[in-house]
Amino acid sequence: MKSVTSELDKTRNNFSFFSKLKRRSHLDNQVWGEIEETLIQADVGVVATSKIIEQLQEKTKEMKLSAAESIIDILKEQLKGSLTKLDCALNTDEELPVWIFVGVNGVGKTTSIAKVANLKSREGESIVLAAGDTFRAAASEQLEKWADLCGADFIKGADGADPSSVIFDATEHAHATNASLVLADTAGRLHTKTNLMQELEKIVRVANKGKGTVTEILIVLDATVGQNGLQQAKSFAELVDVTGIILTKLDGSSKGGIIFAIAEELKIPIKFIGVGEGHEDLVPFDAEEFVEMLFDFQEET
Amino acid sequence: MFDTLTDRLGNIFGRLRSKGKLSESDINSVMAEVRTALLEADVNLQVAKNFQEKVAERCVSSELHKALNPAQQVIKIVNEELIQILGGEALSLAYSEKPPTVILLAGLQGVGKTTNAVKLAKWFKSQGRNPILVGADLQRPAAVEQLRTLASGIDVPVYSETSDPVSVARNGLQEAVSTGRDVLICDTAGRLSIDQKLMDEIWNVSNVIKPNYTFLVIDAMTGQEAVNIADAFNEKLSLDGMIITKLDGDSRGGAALSAKTVVGKPIAFASTGEKIEDFEVFHPDRLASRILGMGDVLTLIEKAEDAFDQEEAQRATDRLLSGQFNLEDFLDQMQQLKKMGPLQNIVGMMPDLPQGVNPNDVDETRLSRVEAIITSMTYEERDRPEIIDGSRRNRIAKGSGTTIQEVSLLLKQFKEIKRMMKGTIKPSNKRKKKSSKRRKGKQNPRAKSKIVETEKSFDLSEFGSFKN
Repeated sequence: MKSVTSELDKTRNNFSFFSKLKRRSHLDNQVWGEIEETLIQADVGVVATSKIIEQLQEKTKEMKLSAAESIIDILKEQLKGSLTKLDCALNTDEELPVWIFVGVNGVGKTTSIAKVANLKSREGESIVLAAGDTFRAAASEQLEKWADLCGADFIKGADGADPSSVIFDATEHAHATNASLVLADTAGRLHTKTNLMQELEKIVRVANKGKGTVTEILIVLDATVGQNGLQQAKSFAELVDVTGIILTKLDGSSKGGIIFAIAEELKIPIKFIGVGEGHEDLVPFDAEEFVEMLFDFQEET
Repeated sequence: MFDTLTDRLGNIFGRLRSKGKLSESDINSVMAEVRTALLEADVNLQVAKNFQEKVAERCVSSELHKALNPAQQVIKIVNEELIQILGGEALSLAYSEKPPTVILLAGLQGVGKTTNAVKLAKWFKSQGRNPILVGADLQRPAAVEQLRTLASGIDVPVYSETSDPVSVARNGLQEAVSTGRDVLICDTAGRLSIDQKLMDEIWNVSNVIKPNYTFLVIDAMTGQEAVNIADAFNEKLSLDGMIITKLDGDSRGGAALSAKTVVGKPIAFASTGEKIEDFEVFHPDRLASRILGMGDVLTLIEKAEDAFDQEEAQRATDRLLSGQFNLEDFLDQMQQLKKMGPLQNIVGMMPDLPQGVNPNDVDETRLSRVEAIITSMTYEERDRPEIIDGSRRNRIAKGSGTTIQEVSLLLKQFKEIKRMMKGTIKPSNKRKKKSSKRRKGKQNPRAKSKIVETEKSFDLSEFGSFKN
């Protein structure tokens, strides 16, 4: 039996998948198998992968293609298409927009807020950060350091305080100081914890009661997470109106392929991707770039 | 969400018309389903392929099992293989002759290293040790504050400084020695396995404190890359074990299988929640059934044959299905259920839950309270709970250290579950055995299976279709 590592070496060190593909002439079963494997290893998931391949096979039949190389562009377009259908614009229409960051533990919510705060303050917004994570030890200290860095106002509560009231206070403060955007952190919570999910509902409700209006509820998803990412997005979206995804840790080796299933089933757009731990490591989502990255479309030299 | 493996295998076996041995293509169909199930559980593709080869070998040479139909037999084999890979040799912690015993934690960002460093410290304290925590995560804002806050809750000192991780580690070790601490747990910053600079850094940290144990902390939700991540850390640091975290979520945890396959070292601990006490020694059988995603109650009950002997398992099933199931049976099943996996998952699998029973409300601590309540009942009361009036409830509540409301709630829920189970599943075609004597007390879990295995090949002839 082959060792797993020797198999891994094959996929890791060798040329990118599509360079390999270019060497093949025919579109045979082996090619389809390789496409399937590439998608699965990118965390696209079994069901989503088979749908993608089905569609691709239909198209190639339609267009009567037989050369392996020709499907690269078609696959690219197909994948891009499933992502660009969704509107990635950020909503700041209201007088005092409030963006709430949600997600499970450890995905990068706080770091993402710092990045968004940095981006938005560069664009001229005056920002108030709300330390809505009142559960985790030193969570507000962590956010405060980021607030100092980008010059945003910072509102926190006591340890164990009601997160809803902290965020509410932040909106009051923002209104009083003529700030233009409130970014609210929340505690990481596994979507399987009913009481914590109900708390989130309350947070959103209360945040809308004051002078601010919640215009974005951004779920932060870790690209390293596998199929559970879909379940996370589903569960959060069932309870609150999730308007967008921030897909983090794409500087790692994981590809974040689960977003195709999320786009297909839940129609939630990706608004940003996180590519590092620094406050500048945030880029607005671009479907074309993402798909290119997914398959390492660059030629090796 | 997904079809269970049982359902899918059921479709295959149901379709097979010919009697006799399973052909090679049949085995391939079965293995394809096994592989799909594993992939959906986030097991790495290469790992899943390797795994299915092992299972195929066993299926082909498998002996007939009287009480299980073919699908269940395949699942049994898959489950056993999973347990074998996930388990194997347990980690035996040997304390260093020259204290402190040094533990280094490594892993990606956000997996739970800091929280688990403290959990480990608490665990060592419970073993009578004197740990110190070293905060070498200087990367994330307030990481050391987090460590300090958590550690103060368990009265464990933290060493850190604002220099660089290697100096922190070195001086932390010094501090441990000079303050007579016998265990040192070093928390580090999360780092990408593909970040050469940071991987070199952690090697430097390791080199300066020469850990007795290096643990990879890995998130149970990790996807396909788990294998590459584990491999990279193992190459760099020579891991001694792993800690798997966030098992209180609903991810299937296939990453654990991937990591274990590639690293070959034991999964030592499992973290099952955000609180410091949510930490336990790893149970391979629980994770195996989680990866398999056994969403089939019948399969679960069949698993009871591991704890009961064959006939008792059948008896228990028949009693359940015919509505004769009493609280004594429930107590036995519950105690066996503990071995089967997270109770939340099991309750969540039951179809049409009665009003007010939410799988997320079920937790293991309730189990022991329920156990206590039933143990305080007389056998008569367990057999016919309808006789439990107010005064009996009062007595039971007092005897179990619970409340009358809890006793009443248990009785109400049990009644509902019984009613619900009675109509849900068709009993098997097998002849029901009527036990002439009442079972008193607990089952003997060591009772061996009495089934004699006669056939050599994986033969379907004995079984008809087992579609519902």
